[in-house]
Amino acid sequence: MSAIVEAKNISVEYITGDLRNIGLKEFVMRKFTRNYHVESFMAVNDVSFSIFQGDMLGIIGTNGAGKSTLLKVVTQIMRPSKGYVRVNGKVAALLELSSGFDGELNLKENAYLRGAMLGYTREFMDRKYPEILEFSGLKDFEQRPFKQLSSGMKSRIAFSIASMVEPEILILDEVLSVGDGAFREKSEAKMREIIRNGKATILVSHSIPQIRRMCNKVLWLNHGKQVAFGDATGICDEYEKYLKTGFLPGAE
Amino acid sequence: MSTRRFLKSKIEQLKQNRFLFEELVKRDFTKKYKRTVLGMLWSVLGPLMTLSVMALVFTQFFGRSIDHYIIYLFCGNLLYGYFKESTNSGMSSLYNNAGIFSKVNVPKYMFLLSANVSSLINFGINLVILFVFCAIDGVAFTWKFVLLLYPIFCLVLFNIGMGLILSALFMMFRDMKYLYDIFTLLLMYLSAIFYSIDAYDIHKQYLFYLNPIYVYIRYFRKIILDGVIPKPTFHLLAAGYALLVLVIGGIIYKKKNYKFLYYI
Repeated sequence: MSAIVEAKNISVEYITGDLRNIGLKEFVMRKFTRNYHVESFMAVNDVSFSIFQGDMLGIIGTNGAGKSTLLKVVTQIMRPSKGYVRVNGKVAALLELSSGFDGELNLKENAYLRGAMLGYTREFMDRKYPEILEFSGLKDFEQRPFKQLSSGMKSRIAFSIASMVEPEILILDEVLSVGDGAFREKSEAKMREIIRNGKATILVSHSIPQIRRMCNKVLWLNHGKQVAFGDATGICDEYEKYLKTGFLPGAE
Repeated sequence: MSTRRFLKSKIEQLKQNRFLFEELVKRDFTKKYKRTVLGMLWSVLGPLMTLSVMALVFTQFFGRSIDHYIIYLFCGNLLYGYFKESTNSGMSSLYNNAGIFSKVNVPKYMFLLSANVSSLINFGINLVILFVFCAIDGVAFTWKFVLLLYPIFCLVLFNIGMGLILSALFMMFRDMKYLYDIFTLLLMYLSAIFYSIDAYDIHKQYLFYLNPIYVYIRYFRKIILDGVIPKPTFHLLAAGYALLVLVIGGIIYKKKNYKFLYYI
């Protein structure tokens, strides 16, 4: 059986510093006065993992561990400075829920735009749209401009689109922590269905109980470095211990 | 990789992304005109007002030596206006959609292309108005008008190329907008929109050909006002500028494609 997602020795060098929000004038001035500083750090440092059909991978780690950056590599938004990722299948990523939606457009237009961004055809969206609307439970808000919807509603429609469009690989970044209780249950059920259909999911979450409940594999990152990858239960135990004591396993 | 293969794979990708393209165009349109008919009207009224003010002021100075001065002005304004609008919207297209391409894997040039479509449609509407003016002003319509498609096509490519360059620059330097405003203003005065270059001696006249916008404007005037097809070398010049800018833009885009993320 071949891997759905295979990441090998991925490193991402992240550039930061004065290059953001700088004008040409300012740039020339700082260059001239040797006051222009660009730093780089390893946001992801030598990480390897692979997931197979039906796997659900949870990525855990404290803030700034490189989780989101790693997901950006998997979705090919970013290119790794070292290593490679092989992805076999169509990816639907929910990296940040409200991103890519336009406040001026209504729900339907936004749904189509999102579908287009995820790489689907118009015919497919025509077929799936009623289902998406139904699942989100936002039928009454169909004609409203998006900016009038609450953030919970936005994430509901975002999740509905991403899961309804039958992705082979679903990538979720801190997505399930929004929405009300009822919808959260519904979305977890939906995700189990996606997993049952033989597709893979990657989930980033700070909720360890959720990871325990849903994932069979876990990747633990700390400051860009891979602490552990493997069976969910064992790593979750260690991670909870780390959160209490502040010691990485093997560091004592 | 050869340019041809590069272009071919780009076209292939374009086909795959047709749906996205259509949706983006729809979005840009909805945002621009806010679903109003008046919104559309403004984009026509603007150029017409510029034209009437220019006609009012400059007919005294230049109108006597130039036949069909209104049409002469209109040609200049039309092409320059399209260039300015298209490149300005192209410049911010990448930055405005940073929230999308930093979260979803989409080909970034789609934002630029969709931004170009609405300015192209504007241009089309204004072109029709130009023909109406031509009819009123008694300009003879000939089959040669079909050739206007050539400079239009060149200018579309030129604008896309400029958009590629400018959108990348704007991602890196946020004050690009002001610098570019100054640049376009200077370019306007150098494009012989309201005056004729005949006042200069022949050597200086050739210097105007260094300005691509002037080349396209001149092509229009040759066909519409003189009824003359420009020389083959003139055609080459028009296409050359477009290709040159397009290639430079493509190289910058290709090189910076994965770096834009760091500038947000």
